[in-house]
Amino acid sequence: MSYLDFLRDYGPRLLDGTLMTAAQFLCATVLAIAIALIAGLMKLSHNRLIRTPAVIYIEIFRGTSLLVQLYWIFFVLPLFGLTLEKFTAGFVAVGMNLGAYGAELVRGGIQSVPRGQWEAAYALSLSPAKRMWRIILPQALVNMLPPWGNLLIELLKGTALVSLISVADLMFEAKQINGSTFLSAQAFGTALIIYYIFARLIVTPFMRWLERVMARRIGRA
Amino acid sequence: MFDWKWDFAFEILPRLLWATLNTLMAAGAGYAIAVVLGLVLALAQRTPIRALTAVVREAVEFIRSTPLVLQIFFVFYVGPQFGLRLSPWTAGMIAIGLHYAAYLSEVYRGGIESVPKGQWEACTALSLSTRDTYARIIIPQALPPALAGMGNYLVGIFKDTPMLSVIGVAELMHTANAIGSEHYRFLEPITMVGVIFLMISLPAAGLVRLFETWVRRKLGMIR
Repeated sequence: MSYLDFLRDYGPRLLDGTLMTAAQFLCATVLAIAIALIAGLMKLSHNRLIRTPAVIYIEIFRGTSLLVQLYWIFFVLPLFGLTLEKFTAGFVAVGMNLGAYGAELVRGGIQSVPRGQWEAAYALSLSPAKRMWRIILPQALVNMLPPWGNLLIELLKGTALVSLISVADLMFEAKQINGSTFLSAQAFGTALIIYYIFARLIVTPFMRWLERVMARRIGRA
Repeated sequence: MFDWKWDFAFEILPRLLWATLNTLMAAGAGYAIAVVLGLVLALAQRTPIRALTAVVREAVEFIRSTPLVLQIFFVFYVGPQFGLRLSPWTAGMIAIGLHYAAYLSEVYRGGIESVPKGQWEACTALSLSTRDTYARIIIPQALPPALAGMGNYLVGIFKDTPMLSVIGVAELMHTANAIGSEHYRFLEPITMVGVIFLMISLPAAGLVRLFETWVRRKLGMIR
């Protein structure tokens, strides 16, 4: 069976898997950004009651494996009465894991904004919310976008694990095709190439573009 | 807690601790491969042969931007297709070693690039051989700035070993799953795996930070 025949027969299934991977990637990204922002800001708080939960969350999710967290959310959480559907469990685990790493990037990004910017915002007597939202965060965002590019690649790779709770993503389809045809090199090889194209031709160029746009918007380009 | 059974937890603890040894062994062996292979990948990008640099560069990017779990499957299943049978351990070590070699090669590259240009020029002026230049002058200076990254990836490889369970390496996650399906109880084994991971990776991350400061102080980079 030539490789073209393989693509004709199994291409559509791999494409379906790719779409599922893309859906998982988008949901997990949105969740990770939201969590990173909240946990990162909480960790910077001077109030211990606010800071401690964020620290515990970040240490737990960075200190254990994504796979352990995924299994825990999917197999153990139902025992506490919270049953998540596999699609939801998948992106929640990936998003919460990468969100913990993102929180550290948010914290670092905010701390990298020069003190003078904080002082200027005080001097103009902006409200704390306005100071954060209009002055600090936009500059922090520009500083932390490059490491976020790497983080999103890690997140994309993380979504491959949801196949282990049988979400029908790209990895899952490749495994199924391998199981029924034993064409391992073709099945897994094609999936590897699709992940690579996804990362190198979609995620990375998009992040580069975003870096340029944001730098221009705050007048740094 | 809800339905937590302490006697069950204590009953399975010895099995999980044995599996922890396997996990640590897998992380150690994988890291040993990655440290050596990573240096090869980093140095291969510094030869005068442009084509080699380009190929290795792209290969490193490829390995870094595709999922480790897929690479593990690839190595494990593609061998037999061409008549080469690998045990789960061998396949797992090759996959995880290669994956982290790609990451470490970037760390080394950063380290090598941080060595001032004058050091290279001095080596040329003293007409040291390429081998002496690297082994005696460049790499010893490139190592300290690379140590932090190397330590982080040591903790990283440890946390990625559960992925080896997918091809049947009997590490922690695999054992926890086996216990879970034998007893139809997943609460204790999976929670305990999480706690074991925390208990190892948090102190390990702390030690890496201490070691890094110690090396910097030893080399007079900070006081």
